[in-house]
Amino acid sequence: MNAPLPGPLKDNPRLDRWLAFPAAGKVTVHTGRVEFGQGVLTAMTQIAADELDVALARIAVHSGDTAATANEGYTAGSQSIQFGAMALRQACADARALFMAAAAKALGCDVHELTVRDGTILRNGTATGETYWTLAPRVNLAVEASGAGAVKPLGDLATVGTSTARVDLPDKIFGAPAFIHDMRLPGMRHARVVRQPNPHATIETIDEAAIRRAAKAPVEFVRDGNFLAIVGEDETAVERASVVALNAVRWANVEQPAASQQEATWLLQRPMVDIRFGAPEAPASPATERFEATYSRGYLAHASISPSCGLALYKDGHLTVWTHCQGVFPLRGALARTLKLAPEQITVQHVQGSGCYGHNGADDAAADAAIVAMQTPNVPIRIRWRREEEFVYEPKTSAMIVKVRAQVDADGKPSDWTAEIWSGTHNGRPGSGANLLGAYALPEHPADPPPNDVPEANGGGATRNAEPLYDIPRKRILQHLVTETPVRVSSLRGLGAMPNVFALECAIDELAARAGRDPVDYRLSITSDRRARAVIEKAAAMARWDAKAPAGAGIGRGLAFARYKNKAAYSAVVVELEVGDEIRLRHVWCATDAGLVVNPDGAINQLEGGIIQSASWVLKEQVRFDDGVASFDWETYPVLKFSEVPEIDIELINTRDPAPLGVGEATAGPTAAAIGNAVSHALGTRIRDLPLTRERLLAALLRD
Amino acid sequence: MTQAFEFEVNGKRVSVTPAIDDTPLLDVLRNTLGLMGTRFGCGLEQCGCCMVLIDGQPEKSCAKPVWSVAGKSVTTIEGLGSSETPHPLQQAFLDEQAGQCGYCLSGIIVSAKALLDANPSPTRAEIAAALDGNICRCGSHNRILRAVEKAAATMRAGGGR
Repeated sequence: MNAPLPGPLKDNPRLDRWLAFPAAGKVTVHTGRVEFGQGVLTAMTQIAADELDVALARIAVHSGDTAATANEGYTAGSQSIQFGAMALRQACADARALFMAAAAKALGCDVHELTVRDGTILRNGTATGETYWTLAPRVNLAVEASGAGAVKPLGDLATVGTSTARVDLPDKIFGAPAFIHDMRLPGMRHARVVRQPNPHATIETIDEAAIRRAAKAPVEFVRDGNFLAIVGEDETAVERASVVALNAVRWANVEQPAASQQEATWLLQRPMVDIRFGAPEAPASPATERFEATYSRGYLAHASISPSCGLALYKDGHLTVWTHCQGVFPLRGALARTLKLAPEQITVQHVQGSGCYGHNGADDAAADAAIVAMQTPNVPIRIRWRREEEFVYEPKTSAMIVKVRAQVDADGKPSDWTAEIWSGTHNGRPGSGANLLGAYALPEHPADPPPNDVPEANGGGATRNAEPLYDIPRKRILQHLVTETPVRVSSLRGLGAMPNVFALECAIDELAARAGRDPVDYRLSITSDRRARAVIEKAAAMARWDAKAPAGAGIGRGLAFARYKNKAAYSAVVVELEVGDEIRLRHVWCATDAGLVVNPDGAINQLEGGIIQSASWVLKEQVRFDDGVASFDWETYPVLKFSEVPEIDIELINTRDPAPLGVGEATAGPTAAAIGNAVSHALGTRIRDLPLTRERLLAALLRD
Repeated sequence: MTQAFEFEVNGKRVSVTPAIDDTPLLDVLRNTLGLMGTRFGCGLEQCGCCMVLIDGQPEKSCAKPVWSVAGKSVTTIEGLGSSETPHPLQQAFLDEQAGQCGYCLSGIIVSAKALLDANPSPTRAEIAAALDGNICRCGSHNRILRAVEKAAATMRAGGGR
C-alpha cells in the first residue's frame, strides 16, 4: 500500500522539484516555503536529513523559486510544517526508495539488506562503495512521487525533535549580506516610486527641476501613466529626490482616509456581503438566559522592521524578479497579468527580508521594480521603500467588530452561540487578482476580483476561530464582509483569529463570572476535547492558577485558550499584569500542543514571538487616520519595547504525536484574550475594545 | 562640490568622496564600502538597525552625515568578530538562538557592545533599557536579553576582549 500523498506533493509530484544530489556529498532540498525568520529552512533540513540519512551539514535548501521549486502557494497560515514539510518528507522517502532499488540492482542483492549511513549505502552494515552520489546518474528523479517510500517511524528520527541550530542565523549575527536589501547586481540602478496616493489619483504636474536639484546627482524619470519612478546610480540621490517629489509632484483626484473612518464602528453601515455558517438560529427558549457583548479592534500594520525591497531585470525578453514576498508563484501570475507577459517569461526568486507577518509591501515593491525594469531593458533595478512609504502604503489588517450572542442554560453553560462579524477582507493578496500597488497607476491594470475572503473551509479570514471549540450544541457565524475600506486591507498573522479569540475568550470569562465559576474550571466543564483540556490544565499549573489574587486589586491574571483555525496547534496562555496609569505585563505562561515538533526551540521561538507581537497589538497598536494614514513611523506607530516585555515560560506537550500542527500563529489569539481577561480581573470591569490604551483604561474606571 | 573624508572603519583607514557631501554614514558603509552588516530600517534614527560605534559610542548611522565622522573611528558589526573569531556577544547570540528574522540583530549587538564596554555587570533591566532604542518586531526580546547576560558573564570571566 502506498501512502496517500500530502497535498503539496500531490500538486507538485515531480521529485526533482523537491530534492537533488548536485555534487558529491551534497544534497539540495527544494521547498516552495520561504524563510522570514520562522526557521522553516532549518526544519526542512532536519526533515530531509532524517528521511535520507545524511548529515545536516550536507544539505542546502533552495526555496521559493518559480524556476526550480514546487508551487506551494503562499508561505502562510502556519502550514509550512503541517503540510509543506510532510510533503518534503514523503518526497525524500520516495527518492530514497528509488536509490535503494538502484543500489540493490547494482549490488545484486535484496533491498532489505541495505541501509544508509550519511549517504553511504551499507549492505548488512558494511560499506558497498555505492553512495547516493555514485548512484545519482542512474536514478531518475524526474518522475512523479508514488508514496511507495515508507517514511521513518518516530522512533528512528534522529534530528527531528531536536533543537538544531538555525541555518540562517549566523549570517545575521555576523553582519553578512543576508537580506534582499544587501543584493547588488552589476550595472544596477536604484529607484524610488513617487507613489500614487490612491488608485484613481492622476498626475497633474511634475516639477522635474526641483527634484533634480534636490538629488544633487544625476537621476532619470520613468513614467507609465500615473506610475512615476526616479532612477539613478547613487541611492542617496535617488532617495533625496523621492522625498522632494512628495511635494514636487501634484496629484488630482486624491482621496485620503479620514479620522472619522478610523474606528471599527465605521464598518457597521457600509456596503457588505453577508455570509453565514453553522446551525440555524434557534428561538430563545424561556429556560435560557441571554448574553450579548460586542468587541472590536482597530486597523493594524505589519510594521516589518525592514521597509520592502525588490529587484528586477528585464533582459532578452525575460523578466527576473527578486522578492521577499510570501508566494513567488502567485506573484508571478499577478506580474504576468499586470505586465502582459506570459508566466513563462517571468522568473520570481525569493530572497530573505525581515519578518513580514503576512502580506506587507513585499509584493508591491517587487512589482515596482518590475514595472521600472520593463522600461530599462538590461539594467537591473533595485527599489527599496522608504519607512513612511511602508507604513502608509502596506496593506493593513482590517478593523473588526465581533458581536457575541449566547443563550445560557440553567447550569450557566452556553447552549447556543452566535458570532456576528463585521470586517474587510483578509485576502487582498496578489494571487486573487493583481492587487499590486504600482499596477493601479498604469494606464491599464487587471480588474480586481469580486469581494471575497479566505473561505471558512480553508481556515477562514475574518471568521477564523470565530467558532468556539467548546461543547456548545448550536453554533453559527454571521459574517458581514465589508467591501470598501478606507485603506487597502489584507492578511496579517492569524487573520481574524486574534479579534475572534479575543471576543470569544473574553465572553467565556464573562459567562464564567455570571455563573460564579473560576475561569479555568468553567472552561474545563464545557470542553471534552482531550488535547484542549490538557493545554488549559498545563498552563494553569505552570502559572499556579490556584494562587489567583482577588479581583479589582490592580494586579490581574487571565487565561485564554484556542486551537488555531480549530485545526492547527492548541495553545493556552496565562497572563499576569498590573494596571496603573498603563498596563504592565509581568509574566506570561503558555502550554502548547503542536503534535510532533520538528525543532522544539524553533517552535518555542515562534510561540514566544506570537505572544510578544500580540501583546504589542493589544497594548499599543492602532493605525490612525487623519486626512491620510497618520501612523507613518515608529513614533506614530509605537510597538512593544525591550523594557516592556514580560517574562515568558513556554512548555510543549504531546510532542511525539505523529502529526505536526502549525505553531506560528497559535499564541496571538489566546494572548490577546488572556490580557483582556487579566485587565478585567485587575480592574473589576471589562474593556472590550482594542487596543487597551490609557484613555480606554480611564474611561472604564470612570464608567463604573 | 565633492570632497574627500577620511575616517577609520573597523580599524582600517578609509577615504571616501560622496557625490552628495551630506550623504549619511550608513549609505557610505553599505554602498561605497560594501559593508552590508549595518542595516537600513527607517532613515529616521528611530529603530536602531543602523547602530554603529563612533569612537566607542553607540550612534545611529542612517541620518548622520559622513562628514561628521571625519577623523573618527567607526566600528560596525563586521568589526566585532567573525564566524572564525566571534565576539562573545555573537557567540552568546548563537548559543541562545537569539533572533528570528535577524534584521535588527546587527544594531542590537552593537548597542549591547557599547553597554558592556561601559557596564560589565548590567542587570536585566539595565540591558533592556539600553536596548530600548532598538526595535525587534519578531518578539525575540527575551532571548536577546539572555544572550547579552550570557556574554557579559563570559566577558567578566575573562573571555572578553
